Amino acid sequence: MRQITYGEAAVEAITEEMEKDKGIFYMGEDVGRFGGGYGNTKGLWEKFGNERVRDTPMAEAAIIGFALGAAITGMRPIAEIMFCDLLCLAMDQIVNQVAKIHYMFGGKVKVPLVIRVPLGGLRKAAAQHSQHLEAWFLHTPGLKIVVPSTPRDVKGLLKSAIREDNPIMCLEHILLYQRKGEVPEGNYTTPIGKAEVKREGKDITVISYSLMLHRCLSVAEKLSEEGIEVEVIDLRSLYPLDMETIAASVKKTNKVAIVHQASLTGGVGAEVGMRITETVFDYLDAPVKRIAAQDVPVPFSPILEDFVVPTEERIEGQIKRML
Amino acid sequence: MELDKQFLLGMYEKMVRIRKFELKVEELHTQSILPGLKHLYIGEEAVAVGVTSCLRDDDYIGSTHRGHGHLIAKGGDMKLMMAELYGKKTGYCKGKGGSMHIADFSLGILGANGIVAANIPIVGGAALSIKMRGTNQVAVSFFGDGGANEGLFHEGANLASVWKLPAIFVCENNQYAISTSQLKATAIPDIAQRAKAYAIPGHLVDGMDVLTVYNAAKKAVKRAREGEGPSLIECKTYRFRGHYIGEGSRTFTYRSKKELKKWQERCPITRFGDILLREGFLTDDVIDDINRKIDEKIDEAVRFADESPYPAPEDALEDLFVEEGTS
Repeated sequence: MRQITYGEAAVEAITEEMEKDKGIFYMGEDVGRFGGGYGNTKGLWEKFGNERVRDTPMAEAAIIGFALGAAITGMRPIAEIMFCDLLCLAMDQIVNQVAKIHYMFGGKVKVPLVIRVPLGGLRKAAAQHSQHLEAWFLHTPGLKIVVPSTPRDVKGLLKSAIREDNPIMCLEHILLYQRKGEVPEGNYTTPIGKAEVKREGKDITVISYSLMLHRCLSVAEKLSEEGIEVEVIDLRSLYPLDMETIAASVKKTNKVAIVHQASLTGGVGAEVGMRITETVFDYLDAPVKRIAAQDVPVPFSPILEDFVVPTEERIEGQIKRML
Repeated sequence: MELDKQFLLGMYEKMVRIRKFELKVEELHTQSILPGLKHLYIGEEAVAVGVTSCLRDDDYIGSTHRGHGHLIAKGGDMKLMMAELYGKKTGYCKGKGGSMHIADFSLGILGANGIVAANIPIVGGAALSIKMRGTNQVAVSFFGDGGANEGLFHEGANLASVWKLPAIFVCENNQYAISTSQLKATAIPDIAQRAKAYAIPGHLVDGMDVLTVYNAAKKAVKRAREGEGPSLIECKTYRFRGHYIGEGSRTFTYRSKKELKKWQERCPITRFGDILLREGFLTDDVIDDINRKIDEKIDEAVRFADESPYPAPEDALEDLFVEEGTS
């Protein structure tokens, strides 16, 4: 199968959907001729022009609010916020408006809106351009959240998201954009709310998503040479959460670690871990383990950043200690 | 007078309808029949009616926490509104929204909004949608003097102007953001002046005079429909009640009885009624008739709400997402 980058796969998904449905349009900062902050909209403007690929001012609340207003009046917008950190500038519109409008108006209006968010870290970008704030949105009923880790899934999940009549956040790690992988041509979707077992194993389950998934896969590969078989699950969606896949794996391996780049306290690992405890506690041979960033803002200096976020060495060490 | 008699009587009737609805809400709330927070529109009727009288059914409005007046003015059904205020299943939002979150998409009412200024970008987005779909609808955002100080106002007004969208920003300057005087919270005397910063027309009007509001809104609507872009209208008005029902005597920590009385003497309904009486469009008998008919409608709304069932507790779990997901 052909190999293309994660960024190309994302643009391919959006292009294919925009070609099919005139109601879909794209808006965000520098998404037009410039091609997106990371080349993540490269080629869209050339194909669809100013009307359907809209450069906005630096006004994150307006980006989300305008997209929402368009979504509830017959359009199907994709709104991009250039960095996860900048979501803070649009929090009212996302949390109080986008997430609640369908529910609080009694289900009388649909909100077909995709919020596409590159998120960061590991680029020595420091505290305000490296955050993983997904847990905030997991804590907000009314939003679906997808976190694709591969080119194939970013295309499939974006296509699913664009076709849904619900608000969906698609969080894409900036370091994944250049990563290549097999991507089918044309029309396919990846279901929202379905995790994927990326590697089967019997000794321990490691659950991850986004960039960290790849670190977990490397560690699993390495450990397998030592005779340790790690089962690696890619969550792909944080909401809805695929507890079925998680529970089945834990029942098999009896040990589980959750790995994410976001800081530890109150993170996705806390939620997933607690759900495991609530549902398959009897199958556990060891406490659920979270492997996450330290609870500090992400520091700038490379030596500091490497200490704070989970490296392959840290992930490997923590997993070994559980066996 | 150049406006048609029936049209003017319709405006008058709507203003009275809003006033009487709000008085009933106040009464029911004070009797602890209605739960939750309520913000009454009494005193500001000329703004909602003046603006919406320029609109078509398919035009959009975005409303505020003080939204009952806008909804009634845009044609909202008082029965469904009252049932929502009761928290009943038959209400506009099945009891999930309440006073601050009522919407009727069939009437272009994109919802009341409990967050100050939050409807501004949403209305801007509706205006963007209008432009992209190529209809000649318009979208109106109501917000207060408090809302004008939120960043959302700046982001929304700027982008709507940059993209020349058919949006109309109506600032209901009722002088106070809860208890904080506009004079203490805003660096300029008139919010309409801010229009300059967005290169759009700014109309400063007497918000106690429905015809003045109507005339300004008409210009803004015309401009928007013709694709010329947004306008800002500031209506100087006043709420005759506290920020919310239950403010009580605390209302006089930030304003005087004398000031309240002065504004009450400029009651927009009495004032418009006097004009209509003078022009011979209205007689005391007609006023009585209007009052009686509205009272009946409000009684009917209360009866409907009162007799309606509450939602089942587990209905709270419905409507989080569109069921099927995809269209």
